[in-house]
Amino acid sequence: MKLSSEEIEILKILEENNKIPVETIASMVLSNEETVKKTIQKLEDEKIIISYPTLIDWTKVEGQENVVAMIDVKVTPKRGVGFDDVAERIYRFPEVSSLYLMSGAYDLSITVEGKSMNQIAAFVSEKLSTIENVISTTTHFMLKKYKHDGVVFDRGNDKDRRMVITP
Amino acid sequence: MTMNYSSYISESANQLKPSGIRKFFDLAAGMKDVISLGVGEPDFVTPWNVREATILSIEQGFTSYTANPGLLELREEISSYLLNIFGVSYKAENQILVTVGASQALDLSFRAILNQGDEVLIVEPAFVSYAPLVSIAGGKPVPISTSPENGFKVTPEQIEKAITDKTKAILLCSPNNPTGSSLIKKELMEIARIIEDHDLLVVSDEIYAELSYDEAFTSFASIEGMYERTILINGFSKGFAMTGWRLGFLAAPAELVQVMLKIHQYTIMCAPHMLQHGALEALRNTYREVENMRNSYRQRRNYMVQSLNKMGLDCHTPGGAFYVFPSIKATGLTSEEFAEELLIQEKVAVVPGNVFGECGEGYIRCSYAASMEQLQESMKRIQRFIKTKGVSVESTLEHQTL
Repeated sequence: MKLSSEEIEILKILEENNKIPVETIASMVLSNEETVKKTIQKLEDEKIIISYPTLIDWTKVEGQENVVAMIDVKVTPKRGVGFDDVAERIYRFPEVSSLYLMSGAYDLSITVEGKSMNQIAAFVSEKLSTIENVISTTTHFMLKKYKHDGVVFDRGNDKDRRMVITP
Repeated sequence: MTMNYSSYISESANQLKPSGIRKFFDLAAGMKDVISLGVGEPDFVTPWNVREATILSIEQGFTSYTANPGLLELREEISSYLLNIFGVSYKAENQILVTVGASQALDLSFRAILNQGDEVLIVEPAFVSYAPLVSIAGGKPVPISTSPENGFKVTPEQIEKAITDKTKAILLCSPNNPTGSSLIKKELMEIARIIEDHDLLVVSDEIYAELSYDEAFTSFASIEGMYERTILINGFSKGFAMTGWRLGFLAAPAELVQVMLKIHQYTIMCAPHMLQHGALEALRNTYREVENMRNSYRQRRNYMVQSLNKMGLDCHTPGGAFYVFPSIKATGLTSEEFAEELLIQEKVAVVPGNVFGECGEGYIRCSYAASMEQLQESMKRIQRFIKTKGVSVESTLEHQTL
């Protein structure tokens, strides 16, 4: 879908910070509130804006730490529906937080989240591997998240180093 | 023995006025949680690839002097940058000089062209260093005041009026610090006519060239007949977010560069070697980052201009740089009173307009090189502050694009 430069600008502003008031966005792109509201509505209707999730560092919340694994999956594509059918059978599981079809040594890359390593192991052996068409799985447990969707976690010394007033 | 130092200090050094910014710096430095709109530099950190290239050059041992005018490779890159982006052609071999910040390029320019008493026209409000640099070089700074009615742009008539038989050069800075106003091609052409008529030189400070938002930037050297008369000054500080690197450059007719090179080699020798490698990377591979920064500044400018006008502080729309220069006359305060009280009452730092020249009185400089969150908060605080001064009316001046 072809978007205007203003629409693209609004998308980029929201991608960085979706809490910014519509009124402020309107002033940033030299438009008015009504138009920006309509644009956002349109982008949502067109599923260009899919949702507004919040990036949370759960490792900082006691009792909420998740175990995350990335699993490389080899599958046999099905006649007529290719990979879509088997992909759907996998992404329906709530444990699966992302799923991509990949080029290269394996076919599907999936991210699985669970409460414990055991839970993920159980998911892989009982649910994932037993799906017809799944040939093999390789599970990689994630040890630490440094950067996610362009955002760096734990920017320790990222403060403004400029002096308060300079010419 | 007690020394009487004043008897040792040179008269010209003694006569330099301390920068008006200093006072606010000291006042703000002792405070916590200040939102600063007082900073004349990007809020972005230098793009990582530039920093990485510099680290690599240190690892590889590029720690020697370079040629006096800078690495030839860098001058060649600057030459193509000037040609491709601004359409002006300078030879890397003898027309480009890599300097320690655009500031040094300014200093070299004045030292190279001024005799005792030569006059240099300075369009005010202006960057605080201009007049002192002219004085240090023995020249006499002659201010030309501009006003918001003209969008803080100098008119050919004003220039003509200020010219005397001692006038040697005019210093132009577009986009401008502190007003952000940008001269468009047509306006530059009109100025060029006067310069030609009166046989002057132009020192064109184009450090904010990359930060032009509405009209494509026009280099003064690209105006017909001006190439021979222009010392073009630019650098990496603002557009590439490299202020602390202190790297700039100048481009000019070879005869002028030769003289400036002479002064440069005796005073500085050369710009730091490893940093020049970073500059090379900046020119080659930061196109996207520069574009992103420019877009972000433009959005913030729009937000600032509208917010200030809405709350009752008249503010013209600047075409470039990262400053807005609103009038605070509605509050009845002087620029210094406003800046000081705002800082104490609401912990927002701005720079009083009068430090940039007399005609800056009644204005403040707000830099929008700060995050949108900070800008939004600062606007809330300024609005609260001016309400205590009795300003809450909608702005009466038509909001004009300049």
